[in-house]
Amino acid sequence: MIINTTSKKLFTWLDNRFNLSPLLEFMRNKQVPVHRHSVWYYMGGVTLFLFCVQVFSGILLLFYYKPGIDSSFESIRFIMTKVQFGWLIRSIHSWSANFMVFFIFIHMFSTFFTRAYKKPRELTWISGFILLSLALGFGFSGYLLPWNELAFFATKVGTDIVGAIPLIGDAIKIVLRGGEEVTGGTLLRFYAFHVALLPALFTVFLGLHLLFIQRQGMHEPEFIEQLPKDKKKVIPFFPDFFLRDAFLWLIVLNILLFLAVFFPWEIGNKADAFAPAPEGIKPEWYFMFMFQTLKLLPGQILFIEGEIVGILFFTFAAIIWLLVPFWEIRKKPGKKIQPMTVLGIISVLFILIMTIIGYIA
Amino acid sequence: MNKRKQYIFLITLTISLNSNLAIFAEDKISMEKEDHCISCHIEDEVLPENFKDYDIHNQSGLGCSGCHGGDAAKEDMDEAMSEKSGFIGIPNKHQIPGICGKCHSDIEFMRQYQPRIATDQVEQYYTSFHGKKLLEGDKKVADCTNCHTSHAIISAKDPRSTVYALNVPQTCTQCHGDADYMKSYNIPTNQYTEYVKSIHGISLLEEQDTGSPACNDCHGNHGATPPGIISISHVCGLCHANNMQYFSTSVMGKVFEEQELHACEECHGYHQIEKTTYEMIGVGENSVCIDCHSEGDTGYLVADSISRLIMTAVTLHDSALIRQTEVIRKGMDDVEIGFLLGDAKQNLIQARTIVHTFDPDKVGEKTEASSSNSKAAISLADKEVEDYYVRRRGFGIATIFITIVVVALFVKIRDLEKKRLAEQSAQQQS
Repeated sequence: MIINTTSKKLFTWLDNRFNLSPLLEFMRNKQVPVHRHSVWYYMGGVTLFLFCVQVFSGILLLFYYKPGIDSSFESIRFIMTKVQFGWLIRSIHSWSANFMVFFIFIHMFSTFFTRAYKKPRELTWISGFILLSLALGFGFSGYLLPWNELAFFATKVGTDIVGAIPLIGDAIKIVLRGGEEVTGGTLLRFYAFHVALLPALFTVFLGLHLLFIQRQGMHEPEFIEQLPKDKKKVIPFFPDFFLRDAFLWLIVLNILLFLAVFFPWEIGNKADAFAPAPEGIKPEWYFMFMFQTLKLLPGQILFIEGEIVGILFFTFAAIIWLLVPFWEIRKKPGKKIQPMTVLGIISVLFILIMTIIGYIA
Repeated sequence: MNKRKQYIFLITLTISLNSNLAIFAEDKISMEKEDHCISCHIEDEVLPENFKDYDIHNQSGLGCSGCHGGDAAKEDMDEAMSEKSGFIGIPNKHQIPGICGKCHSDIEFMRQYQPRIATDQVEQYYTSFHGKKLLEGDKKVADCTNCHTSHAIISAKDPRSTVYALNVPQTCTQCHGDADYMKSYNIPTNQYTEYVKSIHGISLLEEQDTGSPACNDCHGNHGATPPGIISISHVCGLCHANNMQYFSTSVMGKVFEEQELHACEECHGYHQIEKTTYEMIGVGENSVCIDCHSEGDTGYLVADSISRLIMTAVTLHDSALIRQTEVIRKGMDDVEIGFLLGDAKQNLIQARTIVHTFDPDKVGEKTEASSSNSKAAISLADKEVEDYYVRRRGFGIATIFITIVVVALFVKIRDLEKKRLAEQSAQQQS
């Protein structure tokens, strides 16, 4: 009773100054459609939860991580072996990073297949695409931070690929590496990207992405949109949808704990710039489809180097994908499988097949 | 060797050296740019294939006439190989050391090619068993060409060379392993077959470790001779310096010297030196100590005491290794354990070396240190294994807690849904 009275007083105090009542009213009335594709609504929420896990575990790691060619690997080993629960935090950070990218992909493709990118949600799609790019940047920069040999050579290969982009590639490579080669300078640079630049950008675009969703509400698939209002099933966002979200988050958290305990993330061997490249250098799984495609391309395609053709193809494909809301092929009535669905299936299959080949080869 | 014999030997040696060197005393070493000998003799089977590519002399510009005499600049065969031009043809066995020594004994000349090269090969050769026998007129003994070949001479550092470390045993056994050839010398011919089974042979020939000794490392190169009793421990001590020092200053070292026993060889053998084992120490059936000592004597008691000290440390070290494997298998931290086990091993190695003092107190210091490291490693391993189970228990507790919350959420969601449906149906009815 006392708590209720105090919280009411506090709310009134804040409301008088910041006019919170409309916001509260908005949240009270916010509704989420219920239909056979509702499950995809939870993918964005899980991604957001994993981002929070990343921020929390990342801050804890920052307490002990020391960037530098003489300290990165050693400090990670210290975290894994000496710091209380350091092994748990580091493993959760690594597993959660992979989960986050995975759920971003799921979220993106579910948005694509349900055509949620259409007017008026073009900017939500674009901000989501930017968030995916930033997440990949997080993955690429974070991979190098333990300064182990696999990460060192994968970064070398990765930045070499960037360097092959015509005209601007070499300049980007030098900016990324902080020089001609992957050195301690690159490590410091990647550290700065990973803990300062990318989080700042990610927070801005995540804020915009969430703001757009709140302003426009959840997207309804066409077959729901066409129904009369009294036929549409909805649930309130608070507390029903939020509790369902929390339900899924807890399951994901338990899976993360399981993986961290039973499959702790390896440290590997310390990077040695003068050692020969070890066997099995491979990028993170989410870059594998691009890496494998570049590997499979012939040395020369017509008069252009195969690798450059591949890079140009992926750059072009990314731009096309980013601009999907502006060029999408309209639905063809009577057709069981729409052209955009076919395009999406081809894209998913391409990514899956190339990733599998990359791991088998 | 009595004095008369010594004088005869020295005079013979001097005459031989002078006469051999005199053959080319007035000649300049032939370094022609244009060598007409090769143009005819290249197809001669004496010259090996690719002779021009890898013969070190040919590469350095030393022509055929450098060894065989003659004038390689002359196109006419008769003029080129005339007596006037100093042609000697195929040198006889006695001439060979002198011919090689013409350059190889001249430091002024040789330092142009290798500033640090030794120039005492010929001098050493005549002190070797091979050289002495050659002076006595024996034509079967090895001269320079038997080991280095005559027309395919490659630097000893080159793996293709017959005297490259890995090839030396095979080169020596060409003669020393041939029972018929060696019959007249009345010496064993099983050195190579024994050597290949030895720790040195396995290390050199199988593991390709060029740091392991080949024949020449114990017997010498150009001055090759069997090591005498006194020099055996010195020969082994060239590599096993600590063992030699401990042994030579020990009680046993003095007794060995007095009784003219073959130091290292008595326990370890010579050509077939096997990898040492802990069983070699003590009073067990594989012990070498009981070859001389028997129950009741001091040596027997000392051997037993040292063996017990070492075996205690070894057992603890082995137990710690097993525990470390378990820690690794469980994916836990074994870095510190590895360091401790490294120290334990190092102390054990030192204890094995100090065995050559035959002093249980000195050996005990090292075995105690090793045991202490092993015990610390076992204790750390126990902690890591315990931690492993704590983590799993912690995960179990967390899962139970999360599951309770998940179930509670599920119940709450269902209640909310029921409530909402009830409200909706009430609204529809009204």
